[in-house]
Amino acid sequence: MGTEGISASRRSFLRKSAVLAGTLVATSAANPITGVLFAANEPEKSKPWYGIGIDIEKCIGCGSCARACKAENNVPKEPFFFRSWVEQYTIKNDGSLKVESPNGGIDGQKQTVPEADIFKTFFVPKMCNHCEKAPCVQVCPVGATFESPEGVVLVDKEYCIGCRYCIQACPYGARYMHPETNTVDKCTLCYHRLKKGLNPACFEVCPTGARIYGDLHDKNGVMHKFLKEHNCHVLKPNLNTASKLFYNGLSAEVR
Amino acid sequence: MMEHLYEMLKQVDGYIYPNEIELNWSILIVLYPYITGLVAGAFILASLERVFKVEVLKPTYHLALLTALAFLMVAAMPLVSHLGHPLRSYEIMTTPQPQSAMAIFGFIYLWYLMVVLLLEIWFDYRRDLVLWSREKKGALRIIYKILSLGVTDLSKKTLAWDEKLGYFITVLGIPSAFLLHGYVGFIFGSIKANPWWSTVLMPVIFLFSAMVSGIALVMFLYIVVSRIRKVKIDMACLDEVGKFLFYVLVLDFTLESLDQVHRIYEAGESFEILHLLVTGKLTYTLFIFQGLLGTIVPIITLGIFRIRLPKEKIRKPLYLMSSLLILMGIFFMRWNVVIGGQLFSKSFLGFTSFKIGLIGLEGYLMAAVWIILPFIILSFLLWLLPPWKKHSEEHIS
Repeated sequence: MGTEGISASRRSFLRKSAVLAGTLVATSAANPITGVLFAANEPEKSKPWYGIGIDIEKCIGCGSCARACKAENNVPKEPFFFRSWVEQYTIKNDGSLKVESPNGGIDGQKQTVPEADIFKTFFVPKMCNHCEKAPCVQVCPVGATFESPEGVVLVDKEYCIGCRYCIQACPYGARYMHPETNTVDKCTLCYHRLKKGLNPACFEVCPTGARIYGDLHDKNGVMHKFLKEHNCHVLKPNLNTASKLFYNGLSAEVR
Repeated sequence: MMEHLYEMLKQVDGYIYPNEIELNWSILIVLYPYITGLVAGAFILASLERVFKVEVLKPTYHLALLTALAFLMVAAMPLVSHLGHPLRSYEIMTTPQPQSAMAIFGFIYLWYLMVVLLLEIWFDYRRDLVLWSREKKGALRIIYKILSLGVTDLSKKTLAWDEKLGYFITVLGIPSAFLLHGYVGFIFGSIKANPWWSTVLMPVIFLFSAMVSGIALVMFLYIVVSRIRKVKIDMACLDEVGKFLFYVLVLDFTLESLDQVHRIYEAGESFEILHLLVTGKLTYTLFIFQGLLGTIVPIITLGIFRIRLPKEKIRKPLYLMSSLLILMGIFFMRWNVVIGGQLFSKSFLGFTSFKIGLIGLEGYLMAAVWIILPFIILSFLLWLLPPWKKHSEEHIS
């Protein structure tokens, strides 16, 4: 007896049913999961998929990046609106932490802690992390903020209703309400320049080459080299935003 | 606008990200969950009478329904007026982004307003609308005629259908009311970037606090409206409302305490900054206004009534006081969530401050308008659809 007892047509029916049921379960399970994994769409392999690398050991805190960003992108000059800024971290000998970023570090930064009290100090340039699973994209009620095919998170200022939910959802403080357009504004990785084959302004002006960007799909590209040669971390990894901004030499104190 | 930001810059405590000086959600977004909560709570109280046949609550049934409607009509206004581009608000309905928790707001709101509340009230009032349109003269006659939508059949069979459909919608309305306010809680609870908001308990807490505030509002209105109409308050009804209010308040308090105890015991990454927040910037609004005056005092008062009912003369003012204290307490609960959640930096290293002006779209005066407006609408509704002049006193069997 055994399987021989089951007729061929019956066996084929059972097999087909099993395949069908399996496919149904798999697709119904996979769809919502991908929906959660990628706030917008899965990356297209054909396009460049940009990632950013910042080498904290190379940053001298000059603020050129933040300055260039404001100039290039018409960011209001008041000290409440930033697409890019630099933080100065100082860990004192007593273990306490001091973080400063006066005017976003645009004018460079002075150390306010006496040298004798300093355990270690370093600069951390900040900007949009262009997350692969961007919480800001997930929460936008009208789809005005989205990920470009190159993995750059953008805002359509003609469509943004100005509800500011994305500002609340961004864990990195990278978004602000533009006082003139009344829509949300943020780093675009100088998308307008990228499209012309130019480097984003902050990368162009960095005097020490502390920042690089490149195609994460390119196995021979600068980003792969950077990630291979350095011990990189992202900010707030516990939030699972799949940040594409990788820091070399990131201290645990940095949030 | 910039001057006040410069002023706030001076008051930054510790380190905050440079974009975090200004609070993005102000008093209007405090009012939005507050008003929505009042709607959901009032509706749930009305449903108690209808679905669960708590007959003693009958005097508050229509009042609760009309209160829910009056407040729901205003609920979306603070939200829309706070947008950077209010004229683009229709986009949320035409091109909702399905992954956004906020995107379904318009649909839930319309479902609740159009399908649940308006229909339930219409089925409940249809017979009276027809009768009033026959009794009244002039403009009122036309208004009642229009409101009856031309369905003037008053046969026993049709009236029985009114009752049946109204009941069905009320049953449908209970999960809808839960959805409406649980959803408002989810808007906050699902923001993982903000540890003060991000808790799975948030929708449940919002729901129970909504029930607390809505029941308190109906209690307050019942006392005040009876006073204005110079009619005797049905104390059995008021006691029953007080009973429900007490139970829901205890549940709400338990849930909120659980949330806080859990945070304290877990003491995660954000513990220090949240500890500084509640013992600093939120001391008065959380411990005094929300906790002591808005929760503990009413719980003790209403709790004592559960053990022993004092004389009517004492009960009435104490019910009035409790309802007002609860209404204030829940307002500050919303305040502590919405404003409190934005006072600390997501760097967990410092605080910004919050000041609210008298004038302007986001000022005290405008906030007062949004709070007073539903009462004006309610007065109009009570004049147009007076529950005490309904013909259908004897229920259709």
